Amino acid sequence: MGFLEVEDLKVHFPIKGGIFGRTVDYVKAVDGVSLSIEKGKTYGLVGESGSGKTTTGRAIMGLNNITAGKITFDGYDITDLKQAELDVRKQIQMIFQDPYSSLNPKKRVLDIIAEPLRNYEKLSKIEEKKRVQELLELVGLSPESIVKYPHEFSGGQRQRIGVARAIALKPKVIIADEPVSALDVSVQAQVLNFMRDIQEELDLTYLFIGHDLGVIRHMCDHIGIMYKGRYVEQGTTEEIFNSPQHIYTKRLVAAIPDIDPSQRKKQIQFRQEVQTEYEQSYNEYFDSDGLAFKLKPVSKTHLVALPEVE
Amino acid sequence: MAEGLLEIKNLKTSFRIKDNYYAAVDDVSITVNKNEVLAIVGESGCGKSALAFSIMGLHNRAKIEGNILYKGHDIANISPAKLNKLRGNDMAMIFQDPLTALNPLMEIGDQIGEIVSLHNKNLSKSERKAKVIKLLNKVGIPHPERTYKQFPHELSGGMRQRVVIAIAIANEPELLIADEPTTALDATIQSQILDLLNELKEDMNAGIILITHDLGVVAETADRVAVMYAGQIVEIADVHTLFGDPQHPYTRSLLNSVPNAAKDQTKLHVIQGIVPSLQKLPREGCRFGPRIPWIDSSAHEDNPVLHEISPGHFVRCTCYSQFSFPEESKEDQSHGVS
Amino acid sequence: MWKFTVRRILIMIPQIFLLSILIFLMAQAMPGDALSGLIDPNLDPKEIAKMREKLGLNDEWYAQYIDWIKGAIQGDLGESFRFKMPVSELIEQRLINTFWLSVVTLIITYLIAIPLGITSGRFNDTWADRIITGYTYIGFATPVFIFALVMLWIFGFHYGWFPTTGSVKPGLEPGTFDYIVSKIYHMLLPAISLALITTVNTVQYLRSEIIDTKQRDFIITARAKGAPESRVYNRHILRNSLLPIAAFFGFEITGLIGGTIFVEQIFGYPGMGQLFYESILLRDYSVVTSVVLLFGIASILGALISDVILSLVDPRIRIK
Repeated sequence: MGFLEVEDLKVHFPIKGGIFGRTVDYVKAVDGVSLSIEKGKTYGLVGESGSGKTTTGRAIMGLNNITAGKITFDGYDITDLKQAELDVRKQIQMIFQDPYSSLNPKKRVLDIIAEPLRNYEKLSKIEEKKRVQELLELVGLSPESIVKYPHEFSGGQRQRIGVARAIALKPKVIIADEPVSALDVSVQAQVLNFMRDIQEELDLTYLFIGHDLGVIRHMCDHIGIMYKGRYVEQGTTEEIFNSPQHIYTKRLVAAIPDIDPSQRKKQIQFRQEVQTEYEQSYNEYFDSDGLAFKLKPVSKTHLVALPEVE
Repeated sequence: MAEGLLEIKNLKTSFRIKDNYYAAVDDVSITVNKNEVLAIVGESGCGKSALAFSIMGLHNRAKIEGNILYKGHDIANISPAKLNKLRGNDMAMIFQDPLTALNPLMEIGDQIGEIVSLHNKNLSKSERKAKVIKLLNKVGIPHPERTYKQFPHELSGGMRQRVVIAIAIANEPELLIADEPTTALDATIQSQILDLLNELKEDMNAGIILITHDLGVVAETADRVAVMYAGQIVEIADVHTLFGDPQHPYTRSLLNSVPNAAKDQTKLHVIQGIVPSLQKLPREGCRFGPRIPWIDSSAHEDNPVLHEISPGHFVRCTCYSQFSFPEESKEDQSHGVS
Repeated sequence: MWKFTVRRILIMIPQIFLLSILIFLMAQAMPGDALSGLIDPNLDPKEIAKMREKLGLNDEWYAQYIDWIKGAIQGDLGESFRFKMPVSELIEQRLINTFWLSVVTLIITYLIAIPLGITSGRFNDTWADRIITGYTYIGFATPVFIFALVMLWIFGFHYGWFPTTGSVKPGLEPGTFDYIVSKIYHMLLPAISLALITTVNTVQYLRSEIIDTKQRDFIITARAKGAPESRVYNRHILRNSLLPIAAFFGFEITGLIGGTIFVEQIFGYPGMGQLFYESILLRDYSVVTSVVLLFGIASILGALISDVILSLVDPRIRIK
């Protein structure tokens, strides 16, 4: 039993059509996703745009309506937002992609970080200020920053403010939705290192949503690969990168640019081979709708979406 | 040195903020040859895009000093009419975000057709269309006839970027500037677009300036690399030297801050401090100096210049010779400062 | 495309239905009823009660509403107690007058707005832009009725260039050339007065659209293609900036309704606005409700026109 468990999660959005705007079909943004994260670990959810990875994160966070499935956190069922106790809810927080647009430019840092505190905890002004200053110190910003506005900070610092807001309620799980995609490499390194530090310090569990496989590999213990709302493969970082089984995963891994220019020719050749294999074996790996099959275990931890063997 | 296709000499591009001009590109000299990819790498605010816009004459209100020699002719401050003859014909640009780079209200065919007919005034309608269809084919668009009539929002991100590339290569330019051509795209699409660019380079025998922040992209496509920091080039070398034997502290720091599967890193390297804003840029001494404070100030030059340390390998400032990364304990402090 | 239009028209039906109920209930809430204006005060109250019963005025409100709406659909809007004639006949000529006044006003509005907006947007922060922006601020701050009065006094009375009342010179045969010229002549001053004020919205809107479009990435793409500045403006910036203006067109119509009420009154122009104003003063309820209903329908139609224009010119909406 994992610390955070998602069972057969489905998030379907209706498509309206026709003259009367009836629901004619559904976009199956998330279509039967199951995952389990152990306490203190980092789980990477990977996919290209439109794969449903962000929707999955938002659904766990309670920001999207869930069509079907079950989400449990530390044994509590938190699927239904209204029934889940506030106390449980606040244990899961989110870090957003864009540190430029996710912080309200008209609010001071104090108000930004104190916002979740004000929602859940009744603190006096002095206590609140003290807590915010502690949080700022924890994320490596000076306590005097409380009176500043977001635009006075650099990208990496802003993302730290976002992190400070997320950890204000001492959550156990953080869902990080592409937390470094909008950042420069050197700032990215800063944020990634910092996320690791606070993970250790606060015993945090991460659901790390991303598309940069280099970053995912660096950060995660387990990885799930999504494509068109379904899982194509799931396994340990080792398994996904060293022995990818699904052609889609192989293609993703092959697309990672190699930082060694002497490998260029080999890399291009390898990529072409994978591309040829992808084109030739597409029908073996995807059903008639171009969707992935159900996951089947190939080892204890490694699951791959393969068709039923006839 | 062989006469290059493009030779930039002491280019300085300054923007006016309040009553002063601040140089975003400060004394940059580079050469681009035919059939060569020169990558310009750096983080946001280093001046790499400002450099590209200066070459294309796309800055609205910037002061441009120095020389931009295209095939020996200075194009730094030529008349708009002369510039328009070159732009889109001799030199073209690929933009970062294919969604915003295309006019949302114009059919794809017209957007590509526009650049074709701007430089071939007496083309008939059917000739123009035939050429556009051929271009769409060339950039790997599966149904050119259908795409011809479509609007940008009907295409996927990868297809849109192919259209942007089709526009750029329409008149077979000899100089192609690609400004972060794959940043907005998914990884598998990125590799396809890079392969396409490589093919086109060989096809057209063009010189390509590839502007990017992604070192992986550089390693896979560039012939030569120029690393920019704070408006200046801090290191130039061929791609193998740059990745195999990087010298400038900034280049080395940058390479160490990327997650690399080949190395066993629990912690990534973090460059101390932040990139200074245009107004606060140090204009004297080594511009990277403040970000490597553990290096003794005597290691820096007063007026850092590029030194050719081996043929074709230039490094700015003398500090590289004494540079080493701080110990683990120092790194722990470093990520807290910023 | 046709699907969108049909759906959009179908949505209008419940809108108009709700509007009519609302107007009917408001009319009911007003003191008096259809009879109170018509009756002779000397009549026996019993007799009046009988007449009420006969006319259905004691029925439940919905029964009365159905009666009213049935008539309205067939063109019977009741009787005006002041003019002692069917409201529909009373409205017909005025509706035509107001319609043409609105058309001329709209034409003048765009004749002013487009060149000013373009100049102001293209050359923003130059002296020309400052003058135009200055004009728009004055326009925003000036109430239509005061401006119209000033215009009437200067060009109507002082210089005598324009007629000061009516919609046509009396004694002309309808349909003749002179008649049409006289009609236009009478419309001109009210239309110009109204347009000069209402156009400032469009000028400002166009200006900000152009300034916005100028900074878009695809404009840089166009320049990088080697397109001369004139082409960049005509083919890319203008086209893209005029689109929201076209969509705004339908709402202009709604805005005009408010304007015509004042302007027609001031210029003594026999249109819907003037009729509305006078009928309120005279408590001519059946006329007021009818006019409000027509104004309401015009607003709903305006919104419809906006949506249809937008779907016609914007491919992002057209193709779905």
